[in-house]
Amino acid sequence: MEDLIYKLKQEIITELKLEDITPEDIDADSPLFAEGLGLDSIDALELIVLLEKNYGIKIEDPKDGKKIFYSVRTMAEYITAHNVVA
Amino acid sequence: MSIITKYCIIRDNRIVINGELDYQADLTLPFIEFIKGAYRHYKFNYLKFFKMDELCKLAYLGSEMLLKNDNFLDCYPSNEIGVILSNCASSLDIDIKHQKTISDKDNYFPSPAVFVYTLPNIMIGEICIRHKINGENAMFVSERFDPDQLWQYAEMLFSSAKVSAVISGWVDVMYDSYAAFLYIMEKDNLPEQRQSQIINKSYICNSSQHLSELYNRHF
Repeated sequence: MEDLIYKLKQEIITELKLEDITPEDIDADSPLFAEGLGLDSIDALELIVLLEKNYGIKIEDPKDGKKIFYSVRTMAEYITAHNVVA
Repeated sequence: MSIITKYCIIRDNRIVINGELDYQADLTLPFIEFIKGAYRHYKFNYLKFFKMDELCKLAYLGSEMLLKNDNFLDCYPSNEIGVILSNCASSLDIDIKHQKTISDKDNYFPSPAVFVYTLPNIMIGEICIRHKINGENAMFVSERFDPDQLWQYAEMLFSSAKVSAVISGWVDVMYDSYAAFLYIMEKDNLPEQRQSQIINKSYICNSSQHLSELYNRHF
């Protein structure tokens, strides 16, 4: 799980172009939106694409996004539970 | 009468303000490295910069250079400031990047963050968001910089009392080729607090002919 969390942090930094931020700067349990990284609605869409592109996971119900993308850890847990590619 | 009170040129990895060199980087640096280097050099702090496409990065930097250490935004209500930009390549630079993400149906992952920049007037939006500008705006696409068109459009806005001042000019990016020529154009009856800001209390241009000459001096 910790390896996946670290990998996810790297992917988030790359895909969301979070310049000057390192994986160590991202707390796995902190909310991704509303505070901390200051992500916006376009970033949320990018995270959906990231899950599909890198892990083969398609989010069918957009309402699930709030829970899945709450933090890096919740993302990692969702990927582990729906593991297709990782 | 209208006047140009400040201008900024960004090209050949140099930034020139009112004819004075303000920043210079190695000419061999690719555009993206140059512009990130300039952003860091001036210690700008706007995280969204890194998410912008190259065209918006250039427009953002140009507007920052025009407006830093300047009271322009304080002298006019936000709805009396307009933005009129033009370029040649429109948003083709990012359009091509977007097209690459959708060209393979077996690897079809269009990026929302890329797609949102596939219009040239988005750079106007980025400037307006950054500086809370609410006035009229327009984006023109033409083969080359057209001083008459931009000057007349701004004067039309001035005469119809839509705005009292504009940020205007040319911002163009295609691959590693880029150029920005941005200027502040105002009615010549400047607000009092604005008059004290203008260097030597004089303007730079007062006609499209002068604007054309200014452009030709640098391009």
